[in-house]
Amino acid sequence: MLPGFGLSMGITLTYLTLVILIPLSTLMLKTATLTWTQFADTITSPRTLAAYRLSFGAALVAALVNAVFGLLVAWVLERYRFPGRRLIDGLVDLPFALPTAVAGIVLTTFYAGNGWIGRFLEPRGIKVDYTPLGVVVALTFVGLPFVVRTVQPVLRGLDPQIEGAAASLGAGRFETFRRVVLPELLPATLTGLTLAFARGLGEYGSVIFIAGNMPMRSEITPLLIMIKLEQFDYAGATAIALVFLLASFALLLFINLMTLRRVK
Amino acid sequence: MIPAAGEGPGLPGEPRLVRWGLITIALAFLVLFLLAPLAVVFAEAFRKGLDVYWAAVTDPIALSAVRLTLLTAAIVVPINVVFGVAAAWLIARFEFRGRSLLTTLIDLPFSVSPVIAGMIFVLLFGAHGLLGPWLVRHGVKVIFALPGIVLATLFVTSPLVARELIPLLQAQGSDEEEAALTLGASGWQTFLHVSLPKMRWGLLYGIVLCNARAMGEFGAVSVVSGHVRGITNTIPLHVEILYNEYQFAAAFGVASLLTLVAVATLVVKSLVEWKSGRRLA
Repeated sequence: MLPGFGLSMGITLTYLTLVILIPLSTLMLKTATLTWTQFADTITSPRTLAAYRLSFGAALVAALVNAVFGLLVAWVLERYRFPGRRLIDGLVDLPFALPTAVAGIVLTTFYAGNGWIGRFLEPRGIKVDYTPLGVVVALTFVGLPFVVRTVQPVLRGLDPQIEGAAASLGAGRFETFRRVVLPELLPATLTGLTLAFARGLGEYGSVIFIAGNMPMRSEITPLLIMIKLEQFDYAGATAIALVFLLASFALLLFINLMTLRRVK
Repeated sequence: MIPAAGEGPGLPGEPRLVRWGLITIALAFLVLFLLAPLAVVFAEAFRKGLDVYWAAVTDPIALSAVRLTLLTAAIVVPINVVFGVAAAWLIARFEFRGRSLLTTLIDLPFSVSPVIAGMIFVLLFGAHGLLGPWLVRHGVKVIFALPGIVLATLFVTSPLVARELIPLLQAQGSDEEEAALTLGASGWQTFLHVSLPKMRWGLLYGIVLCNARAMGEFGAVSVVSGHVRGITNTIPLHVEILYNEYQFAAAFGVASLLTLVAVATLVVKSLVEWKSGRRLA
């Protein structure tokens, strides 16, 4: 029997209780002091509903974009050799390490109407900043590493000879990919997608600069909570946050259960 | 043998055109979302010349933000390292009831929005919070002060070290530790001389990543800091203020400091993977 069970359990439980559980439970305690009408009015106001819709919708779209491109990037990095591959591979984690506020001002400078690439997009009718598309762009950036990093190890463990066997049995390239490779990668892709989705839901720093934060149009839920806090409307902020958090947890739990079921 | 460009075990019978097509699409995506943004930081930071850059990063208010950020990281990182090592040891080395529930709890802060993470500390310690009146009576300031910034940062970065170490410890197993114990080493001796060296590379990356995230935390700190210039502004908050005042060159100049921390983090990760011959989570 290894030593340290009591000590590591003690440290872990004490820390989790003090730093995570007690602070999080204040959300419940504070909600309990609201009247039902106060609560219901806040969370069903058109502005709150629009923020919920945008947060969940944009996070989902960004996670799907990252699932498709993450699969492609992982494939290219693992299966092909080209100059600069190692460097690119190392850079994939940039969104983990780069502060979100820096990501926010960078993406805005890049995609704004007078920005590096925005000036070419806007004349073609593609407006990124101050639109829901801008929110999706920011969330795609922060969620980029997840699918790549969950799929890569699975791809590395996959024996290319099985693909050779499928080919020699007469399967075409697309059929081999769809029926031999893809089923192996799907669970990891779904895990990565869930992680990217979870990250995108609560994201704040990278979104607020590019989104322009117009109520009903490009205002994400974390920002709406922030605005309520700045107006000292703690009751409103609490109600919006609690529903948002519970909906996120329920959705993530649901996706995890679905993924587990698929894997079995 | 080093394969020539474009080679590698792709699908059987794959034309070169398809390979290069896929490489091009993947690289275009990465350039658009990773490389170009990285270039933007430094291009914008030096756009008005070295003098403006130097003035921005040596401005007294910027320096006080740097000090506060360094101080916060210096408090947060050691605490989260102790927690991360303890939690990873517990999860990876022992079987007990409630272990998967505990793992979920350790990961929980990842799925809480940083804004909500900051807000719960305001609800707890703010002037109108649960403990607020008591704190005011005793003259303790938590919110709009250093303790609040530290607590919010602790919350947000708490899973990082544990998340790096759990898969590492699980993969390594505990044969060496058991051998050391059998040979008469004490628990602490075993941990210090066997376990710690075994996990040192994973731990190093966990520390570096936790540090980068602690320095760069924005949403949670934004809620609890109160944005008092020169007093409770961290580097990311200072960047936000400069940007909102249209001082773009200065904003990117200060942001370039944090970008360097991020790039250094990625370099450490690559070094660690190379040194340990193992991919990190």
